[in-house]
Amino acid sequence: MELRKNYFADVRKDGLNEIGQPRPRLDSPGHVTGKTAYFADRNFPDMLHLKMVRSPHHHARIRSIDTSAAEKHPGVVKILTAKDVPHNVYTILILIQIGPEDETVLADGKVRWKGEAVVAVLAETERAAQEAAAKVKVDYEVLPAVFDMEEALKPGAPLVNEYHGQNHYLYDSGECRKVRFGDVEAGFAGADHILEQSYQSSPIEHAPTETTGCVVAPEGNDRFTCYTNTQAMFFTLDNTSIILQMPGSKLHFVGGTVGGGFGGKVDVIVEPIAILGAKLTGRPVCFIYSREEEMQISSPRAAEKVVIKDGVMKDGRIVARKVTGYTDAGAYSRHSPYGAQKGAAHYPGPYTIPNVWIDTYCVYTNRTPSSAMRGFGVTIGDFALEVQMDKLARLIGMDPLEFRFVNAYRDGDMKAHRQPTEGAALIECMQEASRAANWPVAEEFMAMSSYTKGA
Amino acid sequence: MAKVPVQFTLNGAEKAEFVDSGTTLLHALRDKIGDTSPKGGCHQGTCGACSVIIDGELRLSCLTLAETCNGAEIRTTSGLAEAGVLHPLQRAFLDAFATQCGFCTPGMIMAAKVLLDHTPNPSREEVVEALSSNICRCTGYEPIIQAVLRAARANSQNAA
Ligand code: FES
Ligand code: FES
Repeated sequence: MELRKNYFADVRKDGLNEIGQPRPRLDSPGHVTGKTAYFADRNFPDMLHLKMVRSPHHHARIRSIDTSAAEKHPGVVKILTAKDVPHNVYTILILIQIGPEDETVLADGKVRWKGEAVVAVLAETERAAQEAAAKVKVDYEVLPAVFDMEEALKPGAPLVNEYHGQNHYLYDSGECRKVRFGDVEAGFAGADHILEQSYQSSPIEHAPTETTGCVVAPEGNDRFTCYTNTQAMFFTLDNTSIILQMPGSKLHFVGGTVGGGFGGKVDVIVEPIAILGAKLTGRPVCFIYSREEEMQISSPRAAEKVVIKDGVMKDGRIVARKVTGYTDAGAYSRHSPYGAQKGAAHYPGPYTIPNVWIDTYCVYTNRTPSSAMRGFGVTIGDFALEVQMDKLARLIGMDPLEFRFVNAYRDGDMKAHRQPTEGAALIECMQEASRAANWPVAEEFMAMSSYTKGA
Repeated sequence: MAKVPVQFTLNGAEKAEFVDSGTTLLHALRDKIGDTSPKGGCHQGTCGACSVIIDGELRLSCLTLAETCNGAEIRTTSGLAEAGVLHPLQRAFLDAFATQCGFCTPGMIMAAKVLLDHTPNPSREEVVEALSSNICRCTGYEPIIQAVLRAARANSQNAA
């Protein structure tokens, strides 16, 4: 496909020399020869295998844990419970002051989702660890659970996470992230048409071909090397340092090629407990998710619900947009308060709308904790917004691409969250898309520019 | 646990090991012999990342017991390049941008090799069929299909 290269020629010196030219990937020779080292390609003599005992319930109080039969299982070296973890309650984003700490490394007194880690078993072989894990007896008192965001926000809903005290994240702006711009009700009052729609998505699993895991080797001087496929090396290093109450200088993290992540490997889940196991046994430890764990236990993309109400004029201008977004964090925060916040800034879309009102909620339910995945916080929002744009265009009988030209943001426009638009290239992208897709639009739109108002 | 002896050739070299009875070929290759080119993506026969060639046939090493491989001739992707020169399939995967994270790549190359060994000039449908038990989550498959077709063309040009 031949793309025009004269866009923004006055601000670019490159002439787009690289566009359309193949460039070999630096890592490809290692991949095709099987030489690329993934974390699990590290093998140490005397390495122990870690398996997790997980909650079979969505929400339950733990009455007691009995590890005596598991301890006697041949090959078992160490069994870890909550009391072994120096700082058992953590939250990943505490590093950027997004608290409170709300998640346990190993469950302490309560489980809040089906699959939550309760007891870690370390054994000579994977098989022994698995068999012993099956012998750990946990006595649960099952509690009522909530799986639906709107149910969770109702008064009297089961409380999912006591560290929050209510079933939503508490922002400094209150129960949700808020954006207020212009006067949305006045905008609706003056609009020719109003369209209100709601959009919903389910959780999505990244399903990388390489499952989450790490291999830890003690260096013999109270320092530990951790080979990991984390996508968030320094988040992991710093959170491990907090959880294990060990200075970062004792932790040597080695990353490298990740066998597919897509955002699914940014949480801090396997490394702290594996390093703790290596510290308490003095032996190398590997903790690798089974395929089943990768699919059921690792964080998916959050389920979302987006309610959009738009006021539109017959000539195509959107004059008011009100959005309420809900992000299902599952039982713990992980990266979801940030994802919901991103949505708040993003929801007007790449359009200039004079009156905007946005609320986004980060909601706790007894579902698998969700977290990052490619554009989390905005991807589902974009799906909802662009479907809404098509519906609005149909409502006023306008071509959907021309409708987007009418509303496209341009340099200098103030966005609803008070960031002036800079470097917008939406109009130019749509012009090129119009040509490439052979979807012609009126000449006035082909003459538009992101730099200037009017033609 | 009782150890059993296993002996086979791996990429032409004699290998002998004692393994626990029930050890998969994937574990034996990776953890005992040290060939980590076959990858474990599922350990249950669903992803194809562990694919190897046993006596000319494509096999999932995670579902093959090492002790059943006595006397076999086993080939893996790590043994494909000869004297540092890439095999045409490896070259084609590189040139056609058919690797991203690379985790599926050794298994894909094994599946493609068995196809081209039996069918030097495959149709696109035959390529798709041959790769259909190997999962790739990164590329969307098309570059891999193109790489295999490109390697087939390169082979037939060399032969001509
Ligand atoms: S590891 Fe053998 S098929 Fe997935
Ligand atoms: S390149 Fe990542 S799974 Fe295929």
